Amino acid sequence: MSELRNNKPEFRNINAFVDLPTYRLPPAGWVSILHRVSGAFMFLLLPFIIWLFDTSVSSEISFYKFVSAFNIGIGFIPGFIIKLISLGLIWAFLHHLIAGLRHLYMDATHSVTKEFGRSSALFVLFLSIGLTLVLGAKLFGLY
Amino acid sequence: MSVNFGSKRIVVGAHYGLRDWLAQRVTAALIALLTALILVQIIFTSGEIGYDKWASIFSSQWMKALTFATIIALIYHVWVGMRDIWMDYVKPTGTRLLLQIFTIVWLLACAGWAIQVLWRL
Repeated sequence: MSELRNNKPEFRNINAFVDLPTYRLPPAGWVSILHRVSGAFMFLLLPFIIWLFDTSVSSEISFYKFVSAFNIGIGFIPGFIIKLISLGLIWAFLHHLIAGLRHLYMDATHSVTKEFGRSSALFVLFLSIGLTLVLGAKLFGLY
Repeated sequence: MSVNFGSKRIVVGAHYGLRDWLAQRVTAALIALLTALILVQIIFTSGEIGYDKWASIFSSQWMKALTFATIIALIYHVWVGMRDIWMDYVKPTGTRLLLQIFTIVWLLACAGWAIQVLWRL
C-alpha cells in the first residue's frame, strides 16, 4: 500500500501555471464536471427553452416566428446565433441525460468498479458528442 | 465524526438522509420518460413535422397531464442540482442565500410560464 502510494505524484501547494496544464482529469471526472456544467447551463437558459416551447406550440403564427428565429433571426440576434445556442442546449441535454442514465444504471446494478467507471464514462462522452455532431449537422443544414 | 442530531447538529443547508438523493433520481426518470415519449411520437410521425403535428403531440389530455407533472418534477430536480452547486462553490452565507432565493424565484417564474403555455393548448 505504501509503495503504491509513493509512486503516485503528489499535489501540494498547487501552482496554477505549472501543475494544472499537466494535470489530466480521468474520463469519469470529465463526465462528472460536465454533468454540472451542462445542468447549470440549461438552468440559466431555461427562459429561452420555454420561449422555444411557447412559440412552437402556441399558434401557427408563432410557429412561423419560431422557424424564422432559426433561419433569419429574431430582433437583433441573427439566426446562426440562435442555432449555436440551440446546439449548446442539444449537447447539454444529451450529456446530462446520458450521464444521468449512467448514474441510474450504476445505482441499480451496483456497477462501481474502476474499469466500468472508465469505460462507461468514455461511452457517455462518445455518444453525447457524436449525437451532438449528427444533430448539429442537421440543424445547420448539412444534410 | 461530527454530531448530526440534537442541539449540536451541524446545519449545512441540505437535508440529511435519503430524500433529496432519491427525489433527484425519481424526477430524472420522469424527465427521461417524457423525453422518450416525445421522441417516439416524433420518430413515428410520417412526413414533415409542421405546426399541426408538433402541437398535437402536447394537446391530448394525458400528454398535458404528464407534461405538467414533469414540469413540476423538473423544477424540483433543478432546485436540488443548483442548490448542490451553490453549496459546493459559494461559501459566504449571505451570497449563498441570495443565490438560492434567486434560483427559487427563477424556477417558479419559469414553471408558471411553461404551465401557462401548456394549459392554453
